[in-house]
Amino acid sequence: MSTVKSLGASVQRAGWSVLTRGRERSMLRQAVAYLLLCVFGLAMALPFLWMISTALKPDALVFSIPPQWIPNPPAWRNFIDSMTILGHPVHLYALNTAIIAALGVLGVALSSSLVAFGFARLDFPGRDGLFLLVISTMMLPRFVTIVPQFILFQRIGWLDTFLPLIVPYWFGAPFHIFLLRQFFLSIPKELDDAARVDGASSLQIYLRLILPLSKPALATVAIFAFVYHWNDLLEPLIFLSSQKNWTIALFLASFKGYMQQPRWNLLMAASTILTLPVLLLFFFAQRLFIGGITVTGIKG
Amino acid sequence: MDRKRAWRGRRLGQAIEGYLFISPWIVGFLLFTAGPIAASLVLSFFQWSLIRPPRLIWFDNYVQMFSQDPLFWQSLKVTLTYVAAAVPLQLAFALFLAILLNQKVRLIPVFRTIFYMPSQVSAVAVAVIFLWIYHPELGLINDLLAKVGIKGPAWLISERWALPALIGMSLWSVGGAMIILLAGLQDIPPHLYEAAALDGAGEVAKFLHVTLPMLSPVIFFNLVLGIIGGFQYFAQAYVMTRGGPLNATLFYALYLYLNAFNFLKMGYAAALAWVLFIVIVAATILQLRLARHWVYYEFEGGRG
Repeated sequence: MSTVKSLGASVQRAGWSVLTRGRERSMLRQAVAYLLLCVFGLAMALPFLWMISTALKPDALVFSIPPQWIPNPPAWRNFIDSMTILGHPVHLYALNTAIIAALGVLGVALSSSLVAFGFARLDFPGRDGLFLLVISTMMLPRFVTIVPQFILFQRIGWLDTFLPLIVPYWFGAPFHIFLLRQFFLSIPKELDDAARVDGASSLQIYLRLILPLSKPALATVAIFAFVYHWNDLLEPLIFLSSQKNWTIALFLASFKGYMQQPRWNLLMAASTILTLPVLLLFFFAQRLFIGGITVTGIKG
Repeated sequence: MDRKRAWRGRRLGQAIEGYLFISPWIVGFLLFTAGPIAASLVLSFFQWSLIRPPRLIWFDNYVQMFSQDPLFWQSLKVTLTYVAAAVPLQLAFALFLAILLNQKVRLIPVFRTIFYMPSQVSAVAVAVIFLWIYHPELGLINDLLAKVGIKGPAWLISERWALPALIGMSLWSVGGAMIILLAGLQDIPPHLYEAAALDGAGEVAKFLHVTLPMLSPVIFFNLVLGIIGGFQYFAQAYVMTRGGPLNATLFYALYLYLNAFNFLKMGYAAALAWVLFIVIVAATILQLRLARHWVYYEFEGGRG
């Protein structure tokens, strides 16, 4: 009896110790994971914190060594000064950027969804070959086409207008065509057939059936397109010249490194203005961002 | 017979509709992609400053590039160095962060946000922020280094440290690749890890023999995109260094831009663009060849 009992106890003990060892190990693992997450989280957040901290410093504090992280009192004025003292109408640049981004987003969402509908829902000879061509242009470097594009836009008098930054996006963008096609393919085709039996045309199916069902995908496209236009330097740099047409990115890029001894606090305030809309957008639409990237990465 | 004709009529109708729906892309492709690519090739045989009429010089742009332009070779060297160093580092770092985010601990969404957000910041803003962080006397990096007793270099002003500074900075923006890798990690079936554990595999063995092979298609995808992107590195170099000091950061795309829009050598820039195009296509084909040796694809029909 007693041997059985002690056996039972020792089994129990052994089991318990295995269990606690397992738990200890998983706790250790969790602790290490947290530690690393915190260290790298801090490292990744540091440039943002440094930008905002500098943006809120009065001139005298900018050059203090060691640096002061939390300026007291914060110089909120810098955000206004960065618009006036730097001698640039930053609010106008922000408006320009917003106009370009809004029209680019509208065009790219409309045209890409039309094209994606053709590729996903209709059958025509050469479709798969053409779609392969769409995908391969995704890999095409912008620098291969930018010089002839510049000459083209110069010939037709579009330089220094917003047109070269907007119009090409009204003809569909390969990345967005791809993304929307993948989404459209996931909608059951029987819906189309049912609608056709009821006498609906393809255009009606696109407008009344597919588009309303695709709001999340369209929102993802809109967000990616907005971020692209809002952030881009190359196209404004090449196609815009007079200051009244500048975008925020172009304005920030006009500071020539260390040569001009910039006022760092004002420059960081301007960087914050360029960064903030994108970050806010990301906060409110995080799932759309993540979902969109995941679609492109898996089974491309 | 009638039914067959009606059916064929419907097919024809759908084909026409199909082309109508994709017509925006076809027109845009011809106008803004195929046309410019062809024009770029023609242009590369000319000498043209936009001011004077173009002059046909056949292959002189290419001959000059390869035999008389040390800056072309310098820009190629800088770009290849960047691609060879930054792309693998970015991938390794992105994978590391993705593995961290794949742990079963709380607050993961918060960390995911923090890791991903920098990748959405404009390259121009990144450049300006890091211009300030890398400032030799007042910058954050050298201040932190001084705290542990190291006197930091002059970074962007130093011929030796400018390119490494840009490579290090690029690690801040790996969020996109990280998310794709994270999705790939979450797609690995758990039973593979359980089977490996039964065979006595430790964490390292599981990583080497389960995680890496299963993830290799996703890693490959990111590698291809990373290299294509690396060859086009532009905005940060334009804002931070304009190719300096002493051409230490004269990236290929920056040199192309300068030729076209500062020196107004349109023909020469077009020739540079075509060489870039060929280099990128060659690099991609090479990777597809190499992929056979290390990218693991599950057998078709291997499951169930």
